[in-house]
Amino acid sequence: MINTVVDIGLLGLLLATALLMMRSQSPLSITILSSIYSLIICALFVVLDAVDVAFTEAAVGAGISSVLFVAVIRHDDEPSNNKRGNNKLGNDAPELKSAWPSGLSICLGLALGILLISGTADMPLYGDPAAAIHHYLAPRFLGQSGAEIGIPNVVTSVLASYRGYDTLGEVVVIFTAGMAVLLLLAFMPDQKIKSEVEGVSTTKRRGKPPRLWSRRTPLIANPVLKTVLLRFVPIVILFALYVQFHGDYGPGGGFQAGIIFGVGLITFGLLADSEKLQNVISERMVISGMAFGVLLYGAVGVAALFFGGNFLDYSVLSESQTAGQHLGIFLIELGVGITVASTMLSLFISFHRRHFNQSQDEFPG
Amino acid sequence: MSSVEAWFGALPGLLNYWVAIILLVCGLIIVMDSRNLIKKLIGLNIFQSAVFLLFITMGKVSQGHPPILPSIPRSIMPAAISNFSNPLPHALILTAIVVGVATTAVGLALIVRIRRAYGTIHEDQIADKPEVEPEIMP
Repeated sequence: MINTVVDIGLLGLLLATALLMMRSQSPLSITILSSIYSLIICALFVVLDAVDVAFTEAAVGAGISSVLFVAVIRHDDEPSNNKRGNNKLGNDAPELKSAWPSGLSICLGLALGILLISGTADMPLYGDPAAAIHHYLAPRFLGQSGAEIGIPNVVTSVLASYRGYDTLGEVVVIFTAGMAVLLLLAFMPDQKIKSEVEGVSTTKRRGKPPRLWSRRTPLIANPVLKTVLLRFVPIVILFALYVQFHGDYGPGGGFQAGIIFGVGLITFGLLADSEKLQNVISERMVISGMAFGVLLYGAVGVAALFFGGNFLDYSVLSESQTAGQHLGIFLIELGVGITVASTMLSLFISFHRRHFNQSQDEFPG
Repeated sequence: MSSVEAWFGALPGLLNYWVAIILLVCGLIIVMDSRNLIKKLIGLNIFQSAVFLLFITMGKVSQGHPPILPSIPRSIMPAAISNFSNPLPHALILTAIVVGVATTAVGLALIVRIRRAYGTIHEDQIADKPEVEPEIMP
């Protein structure tokens, strides 16, 4: 009963937020609305019993997405871009005021929506235990993972062991996406960095990527924010480690921990000067961390081959089946965590590179 | 009174699927309609999250619990099994969310490069303008 009320209320909020996003034209307000949207859908996932998913959505929506979008939107405030004129994201749009979308796209959308909704007539009702989805793989996972894998969190069992191939693929996708962003942004021609800021001639730097950070400019210079947030950084990182190593027993695991760890270091990067961040974790470490996690995951799979099992079959890694599964899941979750954390950090560095290189007066406290 | 209760008792029914479809359509309309590339990317994110909602709704079991096994003896476990929600969609969607943010970042990087090359991220202006800055790869 109360579940139903909360479910319907959250669905309503979700729709309202999506409609507001459709109407709004300012990129900054859309970004903030998408953060709110993420919070609401995260609460909805909790109502739908998907605590691990909600955890991931909370970490992604609150931690990473908005930081990346804001980084791209703020690129427009750069003086080098403004010289070329109409560059502000908010101002270059002819329809700056809030406006509903055009008739044609609404008609097409409505047609698709009616088709899809008529298709839901065959779907099982909400929460129906007789639905087909609950009778194929789930009974095996819920009934036997306790004996076969030996860890309480069934989602972690499915993610890391039963469907370990899938997860390896996902980690490789994350690694590839991180590399793609590095290739797109690290080699971007940028006269401002080459000539004005660093004072190094263009020819000298050609042939190797520019350093990602080089100036001692914190992005957040406000002393109150700095003092308060700096105390949160170790707590966030400690929490990330808890999520990483407790993921077998409760909601959590490598994906969530990686994002939270990345967010902790990103917060530090926003607060401290870039030299300090580089002392904590260098560019090289970030980039090799991305590859190391994927390699660790693959190595566990190959190790299982050498112990006489199948690829990613952890049961052979130790004397008993559940001990082997524990060891294997621990190692691959660690690999996932390292890759995700390094990728998130490298995304942040790539998008904020120009801000690190700008002078202090760009960011008044 | 009883008919109201019956109607309300069956209420979530197909509603979650319908909301997921409406969100999907909203995302699609944003992608089709907006000329601002950043807004288009957020439209894609809404589209994606609608699919997530659909999957997670299908995994829900009434009176269910999150699929984390309690530490009770295994002999009495099977009775409780139907009370856990389906863990499979959770595992699929969990990874999809993280992959989603990584691919969104690739889209944002492309937007940064487009603005670098054309000086704007507004589609109509990109169509009008020649490339302002020829790309030099080091």
